Amino acid sequence: MSDTTVINPHGEAEHSHSPLDNQLFGFWLYLMTDCILFASLFATYAVLKNNNAGGPTGHEIFELRYVFLETMLLLFSSFFNGFAMINLSLNKVKQTVLWLIPTMIFGLGFILMEINEFSRLIIEGNGPDRSGFLSGFFGLVGTHGLHVSVGLIWMTVMVIQLLQKGITPGVRSRLLRLSLFWHFLDVVWIGVFTVVYLMGVM
Amino acid sequence: MTTSALFGRLTLDAIPYQNPIIMTTVGTVTVLGVLLVAWLTYQRRWAYLWNEWFTSVDHKRIGIMYIIFSVIMMLRGFADAIMMRTHQALAQGLGQGYLPPEHYDQIFSAHGTIMIIFVAMPFFIGLMNYVVPLQIGARDVAYPFLNSVSFWLTVASGLMVMVSLAVGDFSQAGWSGYPPYSELKFSPSTGVDYWMWSLQLGGIGTLVTGINFFVTILRMRAPGMSLMKMPIFTWTIFVTTVLIMFSFPVLTVTLALLAMDRYLDMHFFTNELGGNQMMFANLFWIWGHPEVYIVVLPAFGIFSEVVSTFSHKRLFGYASMVYATIAIAILSFVVWLHHFFTMGSGANVNAFFGIATMVIAVPTGVKVFNWLFTMYRGRIEFTTAMMWSIGFIITFAVGGMTGVLLAVPGADYMLHNSEFLVAHFHNMLIPGALFGYFAGYNYWFPKMFGFRLDEKWGKRSFWSWIVGFYLAFMPLYALGFMGMPRRMSHYDNPYWQPYLIIALLGTFLVAFGIFSQIMQLAVSIRQRHALRDTTGDVWGSHSLEWSIPSPPAFYNFAKTPVVEDLYAFTYMKENGINPRASAPFAPIHMPRNSSIGVFIGLFTFTLGFGLVWHVWWLVVGSLFAIMSLLVMRSSDDNVDYELSPQQVALYEAQAYQSVSQPVDQRTQDLATQG
Amino acid sequence: MSHSDTQHDVHPLSAKSYVVGFSLSLLLTIAAFGAVMSGALTGVTEIVAVVLCAVLQIYVQLHYFLHLDGSSEQRWNVMSFAYTVVIIALIVVGSLWITYNMHKLMMPGA
Repeated sequence: MSDTTVINPHGEAEHSHSPLDNQLFGFWLYLMTDCILFASLFATYAVLKNNNAGGPTGHEIFELRYVFLETMLLLFSSFFNGFAMINLSLNKVKQTVLWLIPTMIFGLGFILMEINEFSRLIIEGNGPDRSGFLSGFFGLVGTHGLHVSVGLIWMTVMVIQLLQKGITPGVRSRLLRLSLFWHFLDVVWIGVFTVVYLMGVM
Repeated sequence: MTTSALFGRLTLDAIPYQNPIIMTTVGTVTVLGVLLVAWLTYQRRWAYLWNEWFTSVDHKRIGIMYIIFSVIMMLRGFADAIMMRTHQALAQGLGQGYLPPEHYDQIFSAHGTIMIIFVAMPFFIGLMNYVVPLQIGARDVAYPFLNSVSFWLTVASGLMVMVSLAVGDFSQAGWSGYPPYSELKFSPSTGVDYWMWSLQLGGIGTLVTGINFFVTILRMRAPGMSLMKMPIFTWTIFVTTVLIMFSFPVLTVTLALLAMDRYLDMHFFTNELGGNQMMFANLFWIWGHPEVYIVVLPAFGIFSEVVSTFSHKRLFGYASMVYATIAIAILSFVVWLHHFFTMGSGANVNAFFGIATMVIAVPTGVKVFNWLFTMYRGRIEFTTAMMWSIGFIITFAVGGMTGVLLAVPGADYMLHNSEFLVAHFHNMLIPGALFGYFAGYNYWFPKMFGFRLDEKWGKRSFWSWIVGFYLAFMPLYALGFMGMPRRMSHYDNPYWQPYLIIALLGTFLVAFGIFSQIMQLAVSIRQRHALRDTTGDVWGSHSLEWSIPSPPAFYNFAKTPVVEDLYAFTYMKENGINPRASAPFAPIHMPRNSSIGVFIGLFTFTLGFGLVWHVWWLVVGSLFAIMSLLVMRSSDDNVDYELSPQQVALYEAQAYQSVSQPVDQRTQDLATQG
Repeated sequence: MSHSDTQHDVHPLSAKSYVVGFSLSLLLTIAAFGAVMSGALTGVTEIVAVVLCAVLQIYVQLHYFLHLDGSSEQRWNVMSFAYTVVIIALIVVGSLWITYNMHKLMMPGA
């Protein structure tokens, strides 16, 4: 935004940033802290991975086809979100909303698939209370799912704000932050399907 | 345990009627609280408090509220300390002391939790709130509203610890809450839940503060202030915020996993079904060790400011001080295992972390030498703030050396979990954090309120504290060598008792120190006219916060200052530049006050309380309320306002009323002295 | 403020960036799942291949979706990310080293 460059007497350039620009940067930092949060969960999962306590191992309960479909849903959602952002940068309210809706539908599809997987495991007696391994699994994957769910709620609020207010500086800034969040969750999912699912069935 | 839909597990039995100590305390606090509320109502102060303080997003107001909160919590934490010391001095052999073991265990757990999370953290966060934006020439922090939210989250979580006194109990698992003892199976009461949720919710507030100040320092510095021209206190806060951002998420995870164990019967840290309790210690200290530096680094920054100001010199080795601080940002993340050398890892692992621990003493040593060389050949002024700093350097060096002892895994096997360890970390944190905050409190108080603190009572408090400290903790080193474990509510060794009695005497002296601090404040308020700061630059300091009147106008700087030198204000003074901004002024954008922060705090408290007592409707309702408040806030476009140039001119004239001696005069004094 | 706002978003966003990023991500995902599901690779090669795909895809998404690049505006974004990677490595590698080492010593039979 207003990257007004002030040249001081020493000839050093100093950038002053607008509040909304600072919010985007601050949100990036929040994502970095979220990376640490997920890293701790990954570490915990890795430590507990072999502690199946007589219960099932990853090899027995993970279905890669199913996970591949989940991955696709999230990837497509991330992709659609990109197009929403392109339309946002062109100041097109209607198109932005029109791209956000498939973003949400695919995101919702991902969450429903995850809920389905979780409830199937719980019904089969392989819930998070079965073993250290399953606790680690539900803890890590569930936290990611929780993030996606919060993202969906946020997206709903943003669609309403877009329709009510149009593209104001505040709405734009929040949408940019939401977009970072959404793409970031897809990046975390790469780690999840690789470490948990792919390595789990090896 | 039975659970009702309306009250969860909460019944009238949760109130510890049978415990006279707790009930007296609760009674006294209630009476005092009622008196305070009555007085405030009688004085018609509520509107003022609400409009000017509780809903304020001004970093200066929030800073002061943080410090007040911290001081209140310190009184509680210290009351715990004096109870433990008294009990231990009595509980030998046939003497049973006066505290039942389960109560004693709650006291040491509460003492640790409170002192770290609710005293040390809010105290330095309060100081940094007040000082950092002023030092970098900014009008506020990057996210003023979130700053208010962070504060009220901290208050909400502190309140939970306080409420645990009257309703239910507190954790008996120590401040670090190791499983499996902290698991539901061994701690079925609500104590661990209070501990867990207060840490969790307060931690979120701290994380947001970390991000807030990182962005503030990085993005909102006055023109000309490159990174290497930042005042040293701002530098230490900058690195502290990095540590906060990268360690607090680990605490969040650790506590969340323990919560899942306790609430959902999962097996992260349990004994059975594949849990790994060692992982808790591992995760806890990945946060816990940086946390030590989070509370210590700001104090290092304060000492640097204080020592250079009262030595009337520039800081020796500024660049090395900065690099030492940055080195700590990395090194503090590779030493965590030294908290559990005895857990059973092999020689290679222990050696790696032992050596890393010794290495981290190097940057700290660099700092100590820098302070000494700053004082060397300076004209040292022995103000209270300076006394705290000198007391710190000497005492901290002792503590540091015992730390290097503990860093040797072999020696640690002998000293682990003994009173030696208790002596060591108090020897680091009391001078290394608390003395620093006291120094900062004495140093910046005139800036905050426009008058100095009384020196006589200040020095009394310093001497009582430092003598009391040595009396209270040196015997513990000896006790550690004699084999006394920490956290004992009863012991049978008569040779230990004399040492514990000396330690108790030391605690009484510290109590007199705290009394002196209260007196210092009272006397200073009474004599505020005599102690008035009429310059804005009461000590002859280097940085920008002293270039404006005390207390500053709410927008801090009428015009953003231009920084020419690392010692920005000293440069102005030496070159005869008047820091006072003159008309014409430009309009100023300011954030509007908001009550949403207070309400988020309120619902965070009910959320925590609901979680502790399994009152699910309260949990869901609170979460929904918090989310609605956030959405409400995000839909509000009317969050700031503009001050017109005329208003700025008016406020400037008002602020400068208190300044009778212009800074130019000081500049001349400096010239004649030099 | 309104003027600068429009200015901010015009430059980085092009459909091409998203299409390229998406195609590469799709390819890498298929490659990773394919390697495991087909059973073509085994042992260490399998792990290395899958991890390589993941690291590449993370890079692709950071670059094309999150627009992280080496421009001067993004200096601190990149620096904070680099620091994050270092800390993640310390936390994950450290935790695994510590717990596996301990496991080996404390539970030799297990």
